[in-house]
Amino acid sequence: MPKLLPPESHPTLMISMREISKTFPGVVANDRIDLDIYRAEIHALLGENGAGKSTLMKILYGFYRADSGRIFLDGQSLSIQSPHDARLAQIGMVFQDFTLIPAFSVAENIALFLPDLGAVLDIKDVNLRIEQLSARYNLKVNPHAMVSELSIGEQQKVEILKLLLSDARLLILDEPTRVLAPHEVDALFQVLDGLRKDGLAIILITHKINEVMECSDRITVLRRGRVVGTVPQPDASESMLVEMMFEKKLSDVEVSRSVIRKGALQPLLKLHGVYTRSEGLGVNLVDIDLEVCPGEIVGVAGVSGNGQKELGDVVLGMIKCLKGTKNLFGKGVTHHSIQRMRKSGISYIPENPLTMAAAPFMTVLENMAVTKTWRYARQGGLRMDWQAVMTDIENTMKRMGFSLPWYVPARSLSGGNLQRMIIVRELTHDPRLIIASYLTRGLDVQSTIAAHSALIQARENGAGVLLISESLEELFKLSDRLIVLYAGRIVGRFRPKETDSYEIGHLMTGTKVQHDTKS
Amino acid sequence: MTLLSVLGVLSSAIFSGTSLLYTTLGEIIDQRSGIVNLGLEGVMLVSASSGFAVTAITDNPYLGVLVSILAGALMNMILGFLVISRRANQLASGLALMFFGFGLSAWIGRSYVGAKINGLPRISLPGLSNLPVLYSSLFNFDLLIYLVIPAAILVWWLLFHTRWGLGLRAVGENADTAYASGRNPLRIRYQALFVGGLLVGLGAAHLSIAYTMNWTEYMTAGRGFIAVALVIFSKWNPLRAIVGALLFSGAVAFQLLLQSSGIQISPFLLDTIPYILTILVLIAWGGTPKHSAPASLGRVYQGTE
Ligand SMILES: Nc1ncnc2c1ncn2[C@@H]1O[C@H](COP(=O)(O)OP(=O)(O)OP(=O)(O)O)[C@@H](O)[C@H]1O
Ligand SMILES: [Mg+2]
Repeated sequence: MPKLLPPESHPTLMISMREISKTFPGVVANDRIDLDIYRAEIHALLGENGAGKSTLMKILYGFYRADSGRIFLDGQSLSIQSPHDARLAQIGMVFQDFTLIPAFSVAENIALFLPDLGAVLDIKDVNLRIEQLSARYNLKVNPHAMVSELSIGEQQKVEILKLLLSDARLLILDEPTRVLAPHEVDALFQVLDGLRKDGLAIILITHKINEVMECSDRITVLRRGRVVGTVPQPDASESMLVEMMFEKKLSDVEVSRSVIRKGALQPLLKLHGVYTRSEGLGVNLVDIDLEVCPGEIVGVAGVSGNGQKELGDVVLGMIKCLKGTKNLFGKGVTHHSIQRMRKSGISYIPENPLTMAAAPFMTVLENMAVTKTWRYARQGGLRMDWQAVMTDIENTMKRMGFSLPWYVPARSLSGGNLQRMIIVRELTHDPRLIIASYLTRGLDVQSTIAAHSALIQARENGAGVLLISESLEELFKLSDRLIVLYAGRIVGRFRPKETDSYEIGHLMTGTKVQHDTKS
Repeated sequence: MTLLSVLGVLSSAIFSGTSLLYTTLGEIIDQRSGIVNLGLEGVMLVSASSGFAVTAITDNPYLGVLVSILAGALMNMILGFLVISRRANQLASGLALMFFGFGLSAWIGRSYVGAKINGLPRISLPGLSNLPVLYSSLFNFDLLIYLVIPAAILVWWLLFHTRWGLGLRAVGENADTAYASGRNPLRIRYQALFVGGLLVGLGAAHLSIAYTMNWTEYMTAGRGFIAVALVIFSKWNPLRAIVGALLFSGAVAFQLLLQSSGIQISPFLLDTIPYILTILVLIAWGGTPKHSAPASLGRVYQGTE
């Protein structure tokens, strides 16, 4: 084995990873990776789902240990055997799958990661620091709230605050923008820009190439566990990065708009005057009227935490309708159980697949069958027909161009592969109504295209889709109709042609006044 | 029913509730870190017998209490080795620990069955001394009784108001998160078991050295299991455990009183009163997501690759 040389010394070089390799049973996640991070830079890490980005970063943070390879800090060899070591070296990380504890308050979660936490907790002081920092960086959260009551976007903000308070010099952010609203992404980039000016180093993982072009200084692309190359931002272009990631050019989906058969058929889903009440800090839905007809995609725009989660939950029956009625396929289903709803041909992709749709310790195969056990149970439930599960799922996977291992526990999948698993499961068996929240969250460009075309395919086959998303681009591209949710109410209904992202953006943030003066 | 008998019920509820509460507090700490200790019965027995033996030999009850405490912690360390280091199943290991404790305590206490000791001295409540002896003797409490409620408050404070408690609860909720925060989940679980063991040892010491002041085989008579139930009853909160332990032992004392009063109900049915009461209270309290079990209770921490 060739001897590893320490990296060339350079005044602003901070961290060097050399020849890092990591193998999991059956996969080489990292294959002799070299990576240099300089002070005062934002370094973007790109790569398709499963390329090994998260694994590499978890090694740098000490969460995993590399099979071989070394890490240097300021030219000195540094042994990182645990997150404890990494934190001593002032490395901090926001994980892709959150590490927040739902049963703790926001303040307790943040306190857990404070490097200078006193032996006796001073929660008041922690609250104060959170409030100051969140005001300064425009990342609003309530420190007293239980994390279990937060929307996924708010959870992401807590994670970022946690990192900012942890006194790190190297900040690793694994897909932080995945769940943020556009204006929050802008705020985050401003924060990162400020930190860069203070001389901190930032590693940013994202699948959104426009974000990479917008904020990074250098870009490293990984493919199947290897480094394809590192380019300075000015030398890079979107198409070049996509080619590096996938070894080929990608063409976007064609969206046809011909199949709206509204009026002729009765709606698949009809909510009339629906009210809900949620526990704690959740949002209450107020007077929701909504129809989804066969062959149409209804987009739901809104900043996360304005009732999107509740909307999906109330349709599926996870929270009760306090008032109003719910009709599915022409029948009144206001008080039906979740299982009855699922059996009737409704699919649900929730906003947080790891906690809301997957059993992390069960295998991919078991997870694939878990929402449809009645379909595969044989001999009155004594036996499961796994072969049939595989056949059905494989069909869908082939159609979408995904592939997943069958026998690994769901929690060991990469973030994007987990999302793929849920999408595949929910789109199998030709659902008649699909409720998709943040469909493409965590997916790479290629998988995003595949997921979009699968939705359009489903629509063309006569399914109705309720597409909840924060990406206006996605909503404008796919929707036949758009509604805007704000504070639990529907505050706008449009056809995409009749509006623009400016108008929707204002409705989403509740700043309707401005919009009125404009028009 | 006379005033005297009612006071008697109260007094015996306090005496038997004390060891139950210490034990429950110990188990709360174990479980908050994610470990179910089903071996409590065995831990208590070994603590009670060794503390009793030392008191009988040295005639120093304080030394006996100290030995009890340490024995409790040591027994819990055995469980720790199995479930933390060897990653064994917690339920099976707990039961094994219990049977081990049965045997070991019988061996330790074999020559002290029926021995007489000077137990922990009783200190009467000031102001009660001018009551008739019959009454005031009911409220002659030992030091461990006076300390049990402060101990519960202390455990509550440790769990919810210190850095150590925060880390410990984090391990019980999600050991990966605790690890990511720079903590060592394995070490924290050992610490939790150690401190929990100390408290169980105190409970056992109170039983053999202060309350009954004798040793008989299997003298704990299910207290360890009741403590496990009380942990659930108290929703892993040390302050609620105070109520739980008092309520339960009050009910036990009350049904004993009923039995001795010659009431025409089968004693087997009367025996069930405390349990029925417990169930009724649990139903009335209901379950809220805020007070549910630690999320990774009973789960082995595998570490990361
Ligand atoms: N704990 C684990 N056990 C087994 N395999 C794992 C584990 N963690 C990751 N892997 C595998 O290693 C490979 C790389 O995963 P990684 O999470 O690093 O991908 P990624 O680049 O972050 O992808 P994504 O964009 O989807 O998040 C994947 O094939 C994944 O299944
Ligand atoms: Mg990842």
